Amino acid sequence: MQAEAKQTDQEVKHAEHSEFVSFTVAGQAFCLKITQIREIRRWSPVTILPHAPADVLGVMNLRGAVIPIYDLSARFGLQQTEASERNVVIVVSVHGKPVGLLAESVSEIISINPDDIQDTPPVDSRNTMEYIQGIISHDDTMVRIINLDAVISAPEQVMP
Amino acid sequence: MSGSIQDTFFEECEELLEATDEGLTAIEGGDHDPEVVNAIFRAVHSIKGGAGAFGLDDLVAFAHRFETVFDEVRSNRLDLDEKLIQLLLRSSDQLSALVEVARDGGEIDEAHNDTLLAALDEYIPEEEEDLTFEPMGLGGPAPMMDLGDLGGAPAEPQEETYRIRFQPLKEMYGTGNEPFFLFQALKDLGELTVTMDENELPGFDAMDMAEAYLAWDLVLVTKETRSKVEAVFEFVEGLCELSINGDGDAEAEANALAALNAMFAAPPAGDAAAAPEGEAPAAPFEPPVPAPEPEAKPAVAEEKASAPKAESGKQEQRGGPKPTLRVELERVDRLINAVGELIINHSMLAQQIANLNVSDTRDVETELEGFKNLARDIQEGVMAIRAQPVKPLFQRMARIVREASAATGKTCKLVTEGENTEVDKTVIERLSDPLTHILRNAVDHGVEKPEDREAAGKSKVGEIRLSASHRSGSVCIEIKDDGAGVNRPRVKQIAIEKGLIPENAELTDGEIDNLLFAPGFSTAKEISNLSGRGVGMDVVKNAVTGLGGRINISSAPGKGSTFTIILPLTLAVMDGMVVSVADQTMVVPITSIVETMRGSDDMINSLGADGTLLSIRGNFVPICDVAGALGLYRESDQQAGVYLLVETETGQRCALAVDDIHDQRQVVIKSLDGVCGEIPGVAAATILGDGKIAMILDPESIIAASPTAAAFDTERRMSNAS
Repeated sequence: MQAEAKQTDQEVKHAEHSEFVSFTVAGQAFCLKITQIREIRRWSPVTILPHAPADVLGVMNLRGAVIPIYDLSARFGLQQTEASERNVVIVVSVHGKPVGLLAESVSEIISINPDDIQDTPPVDSRNTMEYIQGIISHDDTMVRIINLDAVISAPEQVMP
Repeated sequence: MSGSIQDTFFEECEELLEATDEGLTAIEGGDHDPEVVNAIFRAVHSIKGGAGAFGLDDLVAFAHRFETVFDEVRSNRLDLDEKLIQLLLRSSDQLSALVEVARDGGEIDEAHNDTLLAALDEYIPEEEEDLTFEPMGLGGPAPMMDLGDLGGAPAEPQEETYRIRFQPLKEMYGTGNEPFFLFQALKDLGELTVTMDENELPGFDAMDMAEAYLAWDLVLVTKETRSKVEAVFEFVEGLCELSINGDGDAEAEANALAALNAMFAAPPAGDAAAAPEGEAPAAPFEPPVPAPEPEAKPAVAEEKASAPKAESGKQEQRGGPKPTLRVELERVDRLINAVGELIINHSMLAQQIANLNVSDTRDVETELEGFKNLARDIQEGVMAIRAQPVKPLFQRMARIVREASAATGKTCKLVTEGENTEVDKTVIERLSDPLTHILRNAVDHGVEKPEDREAAGKSKVGEIRLSASHRSGSVCIEIKDDGAGVNRPRVKQIAIEKGLIPENAELTDGEIDNLLFAPGFSTAKEISNLSGRGVGMDVVKNAVTGLGGRINISSAPGKGSTFTIILPLTLAVMDGMVVSVADQTMVVPITSIVETMRGSDDMINSLGADGTLLSIRGNFVPICDVAGALGLYRESDQQAGVYLLVETETGQRCALAVDDIHDQRQVVIKSLDGVCGEIPGVAAATILGDGKIAMILDPESIIAASPTAAAFDTERRMSNAS
């Protein structure tokens, strides 16, 4: 399941580089800092939460703890994911609580030099914009860096 | 363990205050046993001792006055009449208040404090005015045994020599007492020489660390009275072998002591002190050796190391409490969580074995059954650790009633029943506020003014009955007053004024009573500082529902009102019925289900376009489709064919329609707090045997959320058109 790490010469040279895990959501490449991720699990059917918003898939049992699972794609305003066995749940820890994020598939671990991160240019896709803290070019493709705090603590999701 | 000694002191204070309250309640009930008075005296004295050590001057001053009055009572110089008892009760409340202020900070009600002090002073004879006090409860100002009065021979300020034989039992070290301090206190009284008697000390290899071997012979030359000398040993009574012999009048004093012991209904302490008296004069004393302290201390310290100190003061409670253990709550909670996992694990294991397709699983199943029973035993045991009697809570409530009565000028008496009913600690903690509120309301609004009561032919003193009992898997707490009952026309009028109900609403008596729980409802004519800030009973109701409980009110005009709170025994586990709704597995709490039945078409009757009623033995109840109420859609063709008959708070019945019933089992409640917000219809979640999560439904809110109920509401009440 874990994408294999690519050891390039560049990575060895620059110690200040931080490692990110890249994955795809609705065909687009995103990434999260590796330290934010607790584990990556294969998708298994979740328990539906009644009256939950469309981007909350339900809850899952993670070794005795009840954790909510979000559909990243729906959260970003892209089409809803038809979850299947091939998909993955990325378990992250936000504000000390575990939360699962459904992604299409995990791609690889990439090493990013903080200087290479570009600000997100304004585009007319507000839903996505809110949750992206920057973009980076990797192997000629654009990888979007997710602002985890914005994804999880967005107003409609945090309730008293 | 608790961080500082001061925390331990406050924890002990709580126990001591409870003991005081308990004693006073017994006295109020007519029990004037000297031992009860003694127990209170010792409790107050211990509080004073600790407070002195921490420099809590207000507390010391008050406790001293309080204690002195008790000393007067104890020595039969004061009669425990009704007036004094009331004063003592209020003083005990004030003592609690002062302890709270000392612990949590805040303001002391100086005026109230001074009034009580002045009232207490009236009972204290002139000469008892010294406030000198030494920490650790040694040499306190109040003489423990004032033999001057009993023996008839007034003590003269003349030097006397006392020979004291002091042999601590190991229990004394166990309670954290330290001979060194005793000697120091004695030394303050006069010239002291101490000799250690180590004759009983065995060889090094035969020595038991927990045993006490040492004894001391003390010679004290002092001008103080004998009672002052004895007071030094007051707190080790019964924990040591002690004999005190004056030079001349040993005989006379022994007699007096025996008489005193007889009068005190022979407390164990007295026996220990009196028994050696006869033989002690015969025992030869070692010649005194000067400068004994350095010698004595290391030996004591060594023995003390093996004895935990935390229990000090415990012995002073009345009736010999069972040994207890103070454990951090978090540790117990961890254990409870682990046991919860164990139970989930068991059902997962059982399911795995069932899936194995092995033909003969009988042996495994037997073992599995044993596993299940053990797990349940452990669970019950762990739950029992958290369970605590409601007694301390009820005692606090007695104080609330007294305060409220004093503030309103009414006289009310709180009668408690079932104080030993055990409830989960969290439940007890979170019940305190709602109960306080209900009781204040009962005094403020429920019980009438004394003159009105007399006019109505009732006793002047209002009676509020607070009872707790176990009732089929839940705890029932009842607050019953014998007041005027709910003033229904007035309640209805207010509800209309406040726009809670439409003007032409037709309400049953029960519905009117329940309006009291509606948000923003308050019947107080003017806002008193006791209750009636408009945040009344709805807060109470929320607190109770927050605990997974229900609250009901019933009332009879002129006879009083009864609030009934039904709570689950524990917050961690409950019995549930596993059902399926729109392909989802869900759990319905057993406690809310009255009856289950499989429905056939001829039992269902349409009413209007969408309404359906289920006929049960000639009664019709509205059907509420759970799937619809939760916003779930059935993908398969399965129809809801099973009905769970539930009853709501207002006594209204409703049939919840589900697809199927699978099982009835104990489930571990997993809170959804922090996972998602509040979901209407869902109380919590649980983990089933297959590792899947199932929602635990809340029938009340499902019915409230269903279209059926909405229809009911618009039709009949509550919904305020706008």
